[in-house]
Amino acid sequence: MNTTRRKFLKSSAITGAVVAGIGAGILAPRNAMAAWPKAAFDATDVNTAIGSSDMIESNDIEVKAPDIAENGAVVPISITSKIAGTETISILLPGNNTPLAASFQLSGRTEGFVSTRVKMGKTSHVIAVVKANGKLYTAKKEVKVTIGGCGG
Amino acid sequence: MSDSIKVRAKVTGGVTEVKALINHSMETGQRKDAKTGQIVPAHFIQEITCSHNGENVLTAQWGVAISKNPYLSFKFSGAKAGDTLKVSWVDNKGETDSVETQIS
Repeated sequence: MNTTRRKFLKSSAITGAVVAGIGAGILAPRNAMAAWPKAAFDATDVNTAIGSSDMIESNDIEVKAPDIAENGAVVPISITSKIAGTETISILLPGNNTPLAASFQLSGRTEGFVSTRVKMGKTSHVIAVVKANGKLYTAKKEVKVTIGGCGG
Repeated sequence: MSDSIKVRAKVTGGVTEVKALINHSMETGQRKDAKTGQIVPAHFIQEITCSHNGENVLTAQWGVAISKNPYLSFKFSGAKAGDTLKVSWVDNKGETDSVETQIS
């Protein structure tokens, strides 16, 4: 076994635990090498998942999603942020047990745009949270789901 | 190696648009198997990284709410045709895959 790697993993796990103590949210400051932010993805409400309730509603964020999703298992979503210096874009679905669906970290060369497909258990808003220049901006759009995508 | 990822990257007017499709079950850990009644364990991609000529352009953390066989699209500047784009993923079981493609 590679002992150096073990030590590194152990120490980063400890760092992760300390950071989690400060703020468990996805946008809480954390080590760039830290593991997948389990606490944020396990959070059952939007503010805990983000790690803050201090968000500014912005018209510069566009949430593109269907008005009605016939199949909640595959809902196409595009987020466009026209805010200069957009660092991260997170997608939250408050209708699901755990709202946080994804968080994207952009480089300086990456445009404020991501597109993906998500599962929605029931009709709810799609919330985008954009971090830019140390502030959080948000926008949302309601999607009506006729067949949920999370059940068995 | 790279059976699971299909990626296309095209540069138009200085902006490269990347479209990736990944074969993955993205099990939530909430679904029951119809035959056995047992809960299907969670199995989903946790992290995706995309780099252009070795420099990171996008990192994403995903949860179970991303659809089965995930689709991802994003755009970045500063690339030209013939450059290398690498896409890789890691799931919650530690499985991983990556693919390199030439930007067209």
